[in-house]
Amino acid sequence: MKELLDLFLTFARIGGLTFGGGYAMLPMLQKEVVEKRNWVSEEEIMDYYALGQCTPGIIAVNVATFIGYKNKGVIGSIFSTAGVIAPSVVIITIIAAFLQNFADLPLVQNAFGGIRVCVGVLVLNAVQKLWKKGVIDKATLLICLAVFAGTMLLDVSPVVFVIGAGLAGWLVKKAGGAK
Amino acid sequence: MILLKLFYEFFKTGLFAVGGGLATLPFLYNMAETTNWFTAETVMDMIAISESTPGPIGVNMATYAGFTTAGVLGSLCATIGLVFPSVVVIIWVYKIMEKFKGSQLVQSVFYGLRPAVAGLIAAAGLQALYPCLIRFSGSFDPLSLVGDIQWLAIILFVALYFLIKKFNKLHPLVFIAASAVVGVLFQFGA
Repeated sequence: MKELLDLFLTFARIGGLTFGGGYAMLPMLQKEVVEKRNWVSEEEIMDYYALGQCTPGIIAVNVATFIGYKNKGVIGSIFSTAGVIAPSVVIITIIAAFLQNFADLPLVQNAFGGIRVCVGVLVLNAVQKLWKKGVIDKATLLICLAVFAGTMLLDVSPVVFVIGAGLAGWLVKKAGGAK
Repeated sequence: MILLKLFYEFFKTGLFAVGGGLATLPFLYNMAETTNWFTAETVMDMIAISESTPGPIGVNMATYAGFTTAGVLGSLCATIGLVFPSVVVIIWVYKIMEKFKGSQLVQSVFYGLRPAVAGLIAAAGLQALYPCLIRFSGSFDPLSLVGDIQWLAIILFVALYFLIKKFNKLHPLVFIAASAVVGVLFQFGA
C-alpha cells in the first residue's frame, strides 16, 4: 500500500509541476523516477516515450502507466495514472468554475479575444513541427493534404481519418514505399 | 445520460488521438460541431488554459471540456474516458513490447499517421481561428467584406508568429498573457 501511495504521490508531483506534458515531463521523470526512486532505468524511459508516441492517448499518461505497471502490475498502473492526472483535474476544475462566473465581463471577453489569436499561432507552430517530422515524401504529402481537405470539407469524425491514414501508410509501405 | 456520452466521446478521443499535445484538438473541435456542449471559440480558450496550467495538455482539455458540459462529475467522466484506453492498451503493449517496438507494421502505420495528424490539427486550428480574424457579416459587398476583416487581430497574429519563432525558449504562458493584455487594451472581445 505504501508503494502504491508512493507511485500516486510521485506522479502527482510530476503532473502538478510540469507544463505541457509530453517531452516537457522528461527531465522531471528522470529526476523523480530514475535518480530518486530507481523504478526504471534511463533507457527504459526513452523506450517508454517511443512507445508512448506510437500508442494512442496522452504520452505522459502512457509513460505513467508503463512505470506503474512495471512496478506494481495493473493496480500500480492505475495509481500512477491517477496521480499524473489528479493535479490537472483539480486545477482546471477550479479555473473553469471561476471563468464560468466571469465569462460575461467585458474585461474577460477582451482578454480571451487576444488569447484566441495567440492560441492560433501556437497551433500553427505545432503543425509546422509535425509537418517537418511527418511529411517526408510525396505519399505523406498527399496523405496530409487529403486529411486537411477532408476535415475542412466533410463532416466526419477524425477517427475516420486516423484509421484511413494508418491503412494508407501500411499500403504504401507494402507497395514498396513511393518516393 | 450526458455523463455516459462524455465518457464515450473522450474514450474515442483517447483511443484515436495519437501523438500527444494538441492531438486532441481535432476531436474537441468535432465535438463542438456535433454536440451543443461548447463552441469552437471555447475550444480555443481551453487550449490557452491547458497550455498555461501544469499537467498534460490533453488531460487539461478533457477536464475543462467535461466541466463546461456537466460540472465536476463531467470533468471526471471526460478525463477517465480519455485515459482509460491508454491504460488498457499500454498494459497490453507492455506484455508484447519486444515484438511491438521494431515491428514493420507499426512503423508503416505511423508513416501514414504522422502526416495525417498534421493535417487534422491544421484544419481544426484554422476552423477555430478564422472567426477571430474575419467576422463575416453576411454581405458579399466588397466594402463590407473589407470591414469584416479584424485587422488588429491579423496584425497580432503575424507579430506573435515572428515573436514566438524568435523567442522560442520562452514558455507559451508568456505569449498568452501578453495577448490577453493586448486584447484588453484594444477591446478584442467587442
